[in-house]
Amino acid sequence: MSQANPSLAKDSVFQSLLSGFRSARGAKRRSALIVNGVLFLIVFIWTIPTLGLFISSFRPEQDVKTSGWWTVFPHQAWTTVEEARPIPQGQTRDQPITIEGVTAMFDQWTKGVQIDADTRIIWKGNLRTGRLEVQQLRWTFNPILTMDNYNRVLAGKEYQLQRPDGTTFTVQGDDLTAGFLNSLAVTIPSTIIPILVAAFAAYGFAWMDFPGRRALFIVVVALLVVPLQIALVPILRDYVSLRLNGTFLGIWLAHAGFGLPLATYLLYNYISTLPKEILESAFIDGASHFTVFVRLILPLSVPALASFAIFQFLWVWNDYLVALIFMGITTDRSSHVLTMRIAEMVGSRGQDWHLLTAAAFISMVVPLAVFFGLQRYFVRGLMAGSIKG
Amino acid sequence: MASVTFRNIVKRYGDLTVVDNLNIEVADKEFLVLVGPSGCGKSTSLRMLAGLEEISDGEILIGDQVVNNVAPKDRNIAMVFQSYALYPHMTVYDNMAFGLKLRKTPKEVIDRKVKDAAKNLGIEHLLQRRPRQLSGGQRQRVAVGRAIVRDPKVFLMDEPLSNLDAKLRVEARSFISRLHQQLETTFIYVTHDQVEAMTMGTRIAVLNAGRLQQIDTPYNLYHNPHNVFVAGFIGSPAMNFFDARLKSDGESVVVDTGVFQIQIPAHEAAPYRSHVGKEVILGVRPENIHDRRFQPADIEPAPVTANIEVVEQMGSEIVLYLEEGGKTFIARTDPRTHARVGARIDLAIDVANIHIFDRQTELSLAYETKLEAIARRNNN
Repeated sequence: MSQANPSLAKDSVFQSLLSGFRSARGAKRRSALIVNGVLFLIVFIWTIPTLGLFISSFRPEQDVKTSGWWTVFPHQAWTTVEEARPIPQGQTRDQPITIEGVTAMFDQWTKGVQIDADTRIIWKGNLRTGRLEVQQLRWTFNPILTMDNYNRVLAGKEYQLQRPDGTTFTVQGDDLTAGFLNSLAVTIPSTIIPILVAAFAAYGFAWMDFPGRRALFIVVVALLVVPLQIALVPILRDYVSLRLNGTFLGIWLAHAGFGLPLATYLLYNYISTLPKEILESAFIDGASHFTVFVRLILPLSVPALASFAIFQFLWVWNDYLVALIFMGITTDRSSHVLTMRIAEMVGSRGQDWHLLTAAAFISMVVPLAVFFGLQRYFVRGLMAGSIKG
Repeated sequence: MASVTFRNIVKRYGDLTVVDNLNIEVADKEFLVLVGPSGCGKSTSLRMLAGLEEISDGEILIGDQVVNNVAPKDRNIAMVFQSYALYPHMTVYDNMAFGLKLRKTPKEVIDRKVKDAAKNLGIEHLLQRRPRQLSGGQRQRVAVGRAIVRDPKVFLMDEPLSNLDAKLRVEARSFISRLHQQLETTFIYVTHDQVEAMTMGTRIAVLNAGRLQQIDTPYNLYHNPHNVFVAGFIGSPAMNFFDARLKSDGESVVVDTGVFQIQIPAHEAAPYRSHVGKEVILGVRPENIHDRRFQPADIEPAPVTANIEVVEQMGSEIVLYLEEGGKTFIARTDPRTHARVGARIDLAIDVANIHIFDRQTELSLAYETKLEAIARRNNN
């Protein structure tokens, strides 16, 4: 016994240590679970509107206008099982009415009154000539999905549509294809030009000594806070006299100009934090400023370049104001960008908002693609291994 | 292959002078170490030589060409940085080939040089890796390799070992020394570590507060420091300093610290005689204070007794922290010394190896005499 005791004590210590270890691990796992749960919830909440829009864009016009997008999923809904049951005659608005043993006011009957757990009666029509409908709670879903919206929105040609009574009518499609291509033609150069110029400028501000460097940089930073709207009129006047108005070159320059201060500032912040020794080493190795810029600065600045590219791309893609002012001359719609076409669509027929769902989704696809395409360049630890051990 | 000359070099940042009238001549194939505490201007001097800093005043020559206005890439130098400064997005091969490619060297020549250097440095198997996949010691070798493939006239190294751990540092030290012998090129090496300086340099320039304190061989710096700063900077543990006064005693001179006295015999007293009566600083290295029981037979001992405050057993020796009359000092004694904290111990100072500095100018009084003595010894 005297020998067993210490080993027993040791055992229990070991046990308590083990359980402590286990509970610590459990706590860690629990907290990881909570974090993941919260993240999942956030992602879910953020994704729902996109999903709703996506589903809506495939639903027929009638469905979009009468029920929500979630009705495409199986759900319980009141379904009419008996349509034309006669109404009790000689009732008045201010007296309670009794039907099937349930008593309610007329206003309540018109909204539907439940007579048992899964049956309700609803009063359709007016007090004297209406009818009663019996509805039951049933599992149902609304599976009709169609490409009609997309077809009508994308192509610029005419469409023959059939009414329920068999007659046909013609609808002019919205031709977003042209707008889509115009948007690409505006956005891609408007993203690349300021990035290239700003990267050069940022390198100069960060690593080259020239008189007035500080003052010039302060001017650039100060331009950040100037609203672009104040420049619209003077630039438009200059564009008109230079015959740049309504041209792609004009809008590229406008977007590049408006984007440059932020681009320069952002890239300066990144490039100036690159380790000085790397550049010095390159200079001793025989590199010129240009070589250093091309061979070292650009490859090492990829994360900053990618993040600014996303910003600028989204801003130009979603821009309406600048495009409207510099591309919106006359009624020539051939050079209008996507945002303008979508706005025109809503303006010309506000009732057709089922088309808006498709148009909106088309305009979302490119920014999403750009974001997912460039996000892999947000590499952490790109500088790892260059300095220190 | 080239000599390097700093001629009256001054570096100012606004009102702040960081390098003040620096004059150094580095011979061809020499390994010169610039050493000093941080902020002494050693790195700035090296960077001026590399062309990375403007020179405020004076001239720097590589060979016999003034390079003040020559771009870094045209100075034919190579530099190894403290942080290695490898190009993180390039493989080891590309890192080493970068400088040669920029100089439009033929591809086969680049390939041969890079592979030769890699073989020499033992990093052949790493050529296709990126810097982040390397250990600290490997990165350091790549940085050195990047420098040697260019066959520069002068190698500049700015504290290349200070990011390595202690063991690797010892290896790298001998590796760089070997490299210097192999390449037969001028090396200029900056460090704040006096051990690195002493072990690697053929000559050492000690800098403090932007001024050159002394430039000499490791032996001379250690045995004949020109002033109090050099005496205190070179050697570990550092030299003990005592405020003292010189007195005359017949033919000999007595150094009186107030705690103990050291009699300098007549044949060594010559350089001190003219300073009798002056306030001086007595400097004694810990290794020149012996346990009296184990003192070497050939020294001229001056007896001192002190209280032991701390005992550090090093195995090969014992480091004693001592106190006497309110004055603390350190001794490195024979390992057989029987030392107990709180006990008193009888010590012997080696009179031939004491250093005496003027308290005003802090200059060594016997500098010239010792210089001659060392020269005589070297000639024999």
